[in-house]
Amino acid sequence: MAECIDLNLTVNGADHRVSVHPFARLLDVLREDLRLTGTKEGCGEGECGACTVLLNGQVVNSCLVPAVQVQGAEVVTVEGLAEGESLSSLQAAFLTHNGAQCGFCTPGMLLSATDLINRCPNPSDDQIRDGLAGNLCRCTGYAKILDAVHTAAADTRTAR
Amino acid sequence: MIGASSIRKEGRAKVLGTAIYTDDKFMPGALHGLTVRSEVPRGILRAIHFGEGIPWEEFTLVTAADIPGTNLVASVVDDQPFLIGIGEEITHSQQAVLLLAHPDRFLAEKARRAVRLEIEELPAVLDIQSSLDLHTVIYGTDNLLKEIHIAKGDPDPVWAQAAHVIEGEYRTGAQEQMYIEPNAMLSVVEPKDGLLQVTVWGSLQCPYYVHGALKQLFGLPEKQVRVVAMEMGGAFGGKEDYPSVNGGHAALLAWKSGRPVRLIYDREEDLACTTKRHPSRTRLRTAFDAEGNLLALAADFILDGGAYATLSPVVLSRGAVHAASVYRCPHVRIHARAVATNTPPPGAFRGFGAPQSLFAMERHMDRCARQLGLDAVELRRKNFLHMGDTMATGQVIREDLDLAGIMDRALAAIGYRDKRAAFALTNPEEGPIKRGVGFSVFMHGCGFTGNGESHVASVAGVQGLADGTVAVLAASTEMGQGKNTVFAQIVAEALQLPVELVDTAPVDTDHVPNSGPTVASRSTMMVGRILEDAAIGFKQALVQQGFLVEPYTPESFQAAVAKAVATLGTLKCYGQYHRPPNIKWDDVTYQGDAYPTYSWACYAAEVAVDLDTCEVKVADFVAVQEVGRVVNPTLAAGQIEGGVAQGIGWGLWEEVTMQRGRMINNQMTNYIIPTSVDLPRIQVVFLENAHAGGPGGAKGIGELPMDGPAPAVVNALENALGALRLDEVPMTPDRLLERCEEVSHG
Amino acid sequence: MRGYLPDFDVRVPSSLGEALELMAHAPGAYTPLAGGTDLMVVYNAGRLKPTRFLDLSRLAELRGIEEDATSLRFGALTTFTDLRECRSVHQHFPNLVKSARATGALAIQNRGTLAGNIANASPAADTPPSLLAYGAELELVSPRGLRRVAYDQFHQGYKRMDLAADELLAWIIVPKPSGRGFHYFRKVGTRQAQAISKTCLAAYARLEEGCVADLRIGLGSVAPTPVRARNAEAALLGQPLAALPIEAAREALLADMSPIDDIRATAHYRSVVTRNLLGQMLRELASL
Repeated sequence: MAECIDLNLTVNGADHRVSVHPFARLLDVLREDLRLTGTKEGCGEGECGACTVLLNGQVVNSCLVPAVQVQGAEVVTVEGLAEGESLSSLQAAFLTHNGAQCGFCTPGMLLSATDLINRCPNPSDDQIRDGLAGNLCRCTGYAKILDAVHTAAADTRTAR
Repeated sequence: MIGASSIRKEGRAKVLGTAIYTDDKFMPGALHGLTVRSEVPRGILRAIHFGEGIPWEEFTLVTAADIPGTNLVASVVDDQPFLIGIGEEITHSQQAVLLLAHPDRFLAEKARRAVRLEIEELPAVLDIQSSLDLHTVIYGTDNLLKEIHIAKGDPDPVWAQAAHVIEGEYRTGAQEQMYIEPNAMLSVVEPKDGLLQVTVWGSLQCPYYVHGALKQLFGLPEKQVRVVAMEMGGAFGGKEDYPSVNGGHAALLAWKSGRPVRLIYDREEDLACTTKRHPSRTRLRTAFDAEGNLLALAADFILDGGAYATLSPVVLSRGAVHAASVYRCPHVRIHARAVATNTPPPGAFRGFGAPQSLFAMERHMDRCARQLGLDAVELRRKNFLHMGDTMATGQVIREDLDLAGIMDRALAAIGYRDKRAAFALTNPEEGPIKRGVGFSVFMHGCGFTGNGESHVASVAGVQGLADGTVAVLAASTEMGQGKNTVFAQIVAEALQLPVELVDTAPVDTDHVPNSGPTVASRSTMMVGRILEDAAIGFKQALVQQGFLVEPYTPESFQAAVAKAVATLGTLKCYGQYHRPPNIKWDDVTYQGDAYPTYSWACYAAEVAVDLDTCEVKVADFVAVQEVGRVVNPTLAAGQIEGGVAQGIGWGLWEEVTMQRGRMINNQMTNYIIPTSVDLPRIQVVFLENAHAGGPGGAKGIGELPMDGPAPAVVNALENALGALRLDEVPMTPDRLLERCEEVSHG
Repeated sequence: MRGYLPDFDVRVPSSLGEALELMAHAPGAYTPLAGGTDLMVVYNAGRLKPTRFLDLSRLAELRGIEEDATSLRFGALTTFTDLRECRSVHQHFPNLVKSARATGALAIQNRGTLAGNIANASPAADTPPSLLAYGAELELVSPRGLRRVAYDQFHQGYKRMDLAADELLAWIIVPKPSGRGFHYFRKVGTRQAQAISKTCLAAYARLEEGCVADLRIGLGSVAPTPVRARNAEAALLGQPLAALPIEAAREALLADMSPIDDIRATAHYRSVVTRNLLGQMLRELASL
């Protein structure tokens, strides 16, 4: 049995130190050790993207990341997207456009879309589809998610 | 208000990530529960062997012998046990035998693997044909779970006289709901005031189904069972009846251990053992006169119902009633059967039998058009139902029905004529890409079939809260369809309030009445209607008791409610379903008004097939539907878009691969649902034709979009590729290659 | 999550030297762990047999893409995203960009590595056909030194590689094509994104005086390992673009494949479609 490690990581700007098994999944560290249950488990296979977080600025499937590789890392989860009480423009756009139906894919979808807009400020439908290809949604058929991302990208361009 | 795109009530929590789904609920000291299942499709359970190296004394173990009440899951038919006991027959792979729980989730899994079930195998029946052949009888005397006959006129004399008699056989495969949140349950069973109290929190569509199942499992009265619906990460029918099973399992472990229990399925387990869409086989025979008028229809409609009847009788019923689709036909005979196989029982999936029978009829109509030398559009047009016509069950169409108008609208929107003409020129050219357009016309009955609503006798209500706002009291659950928002809009409209002053009470059987299950496209139309009545009654009571004076403003209404609550303590008003006097249905003869009303639709698809790989791309899609009245346009469009995506998936990619009676592609990587890259933008058009029975004239829409896409897409494939044997879904690339080769190799 | 966490152990060497020492000390005892996008899936399913891992993610020596006049040298930890974002890869190895785009989705591409994609030895991996097409070479490092292996010699059978118990796959060297070239890559999955390959064909041809002067074709998912389609290559080598023997090449390709029926596709589908991909490739080549 491996010894637990002292894992130091920054989540949504706040520093944390937790004692975890080195092979523990980042998803479980977030949900169980840090009680940030916004990030979801949909498949455990890296297929559905419900567990998507930003790890050192890149989208990853947190169900596939062992704790040992997160030492000293910066993580952003859905809980870190709003600015205090204010929704991010993407979150607001998801509300206006009904981009979230059951909402289970939504946290991962928001992270991937946030990353997409950062990398690609004026995305086409196809670029949005491509950026979200790793986030499965069963409720929406993706249409209103695309609409929400277009709106948020436009808002972000205006704000810049 | 009705007709406004009000923002989703629970949407803010969902985008913030603060919505609490079942596995998000913190329960300190909870045990982790797991289920040990048979890998054998049929046999006698002889023994359960507990392997070495596990501290079994630390575990909570539950077998059939432990069950305090009745070991049968309450359903339409109560024939499925919760657990199989020693000496009893295992009737399907993945059947639950043993439940175990431990505080350490890793050790719990290790223990699960250390259990070996000793099963004396018996010959298993694994498909529809084997079940019909009756070499092995696995259910009753004839493997029949349910049989239904629908008869109108007499087709027999017609075959010989008709100018054309065309037959066809159509198959549809199982389909997995693939909600992104797997099935999940939490339970606490502990004494309260000296009486045993069973509580379950879970991802479930029908709290009162689970409530009833737990009462029966434990032999407890109503007040000692409580079911709480958590935020649900999708359902589509997959959490309609199955939660009675895993809810019961979680409660059994909680009861035996005296500790809280978490029973959270992972994706592999969920895919392998929970309910799916029924596979089907439909044989159609149709007679036409020389002009293409439909003279007679005989349908042999068979569903694979798995090892137990459970919901199959009702799925069969809906499938049978929809078998004749939207056509007028004087002589109809529908013979519907659900047959038993040694596979995990299928259950509910959006559409509930109608997608299966509608696929057959809509494919058949295109094939008939081709054989009759008629245009597929005109063949349908001349045979559409109109007001005053009777359907297969004798139901008279009492609404102003314009199927031709719906069809023409859809075909215009996709550019049907122009594209057919253009593709007719380009397809014969060299190059691997072939294009086609196709369509389907269909309906979906809203609400329960026949007398179902009378049996349920739903109750729903509204409650005034201390702050003067109003809460909806109903057992209907939010699964993303927008129930919270639509109910608030309906009540707000009835009370002439802004929707911000109305919200939903937590769906907890301790606090909300039984408004029936959240199924059958009934919530808006049936429960919404009851809520309309309850809201008006609520207002009238406030007026009569002197708290409210009409006319009022939202502010004065809110003040009146706050005052009334302060004065009276509790302030609730309920309504109940009453069957409209003109709706008649005979369960025995299957005659009468099968549904209070129908939503009607035409869907059209454009496809591009790459003959090098047989990959099919859906390039364009139009969905036109008449749904009475649209309560919330944005939410309604979302329902159509999502349903179309599932229907396209069922038509092209979603295959359940079975081996030894169990799903072997039970990972998301091997069961293919559409990604964002796989779907086109879908044009959604709503037509309105108010239905008196629904709130503000609304009909149901939840399941409608599942019925049309598969036949539309496969009809488009036929247009692209010619008369191949396109009689089955999913029409995967492998299957399409086979069908192409049938023709080219002769 | 079915992995039995207490069984698992991971060492974190801070240098390549330290990693090699650990491996030499107990050859075969440690399984290298890079991005984890293959191993963690198997772990989550409770089917991961190795339990002791060597986390390579700190080893700076294994990161980076170096370029010289004749080749690109990829560190083992080069991710699919690194491939997609590298201008030189776009310029010289467009097939590798397509391979990277075709692997999983962005969240996988950000973590998965080239060495992992090779050493996991799945016949369905998406970069191997392109690496075969470009004539890649592998540098394997151990305390005994450096060993170079042509990639098309590396896979010896299903999940068997020319990799000793104390060796790590450290760098992948891909020679820059010269002269007039033609690149082709196509992967066929069940859907358009996040799909495991049912078949994959990658090719690079060097053209001279209207003829195929050099040709390498890499195939995925049609044999126990990624393979060179040497029979098809032989049928096409030296042939003029104006008269490519398409049917003969398609026929020859049969001898290069030994596809199976599996959960994703039938052997027949793979055989027919791979030949069709070759046909499509040759039509494109002929139209140059």
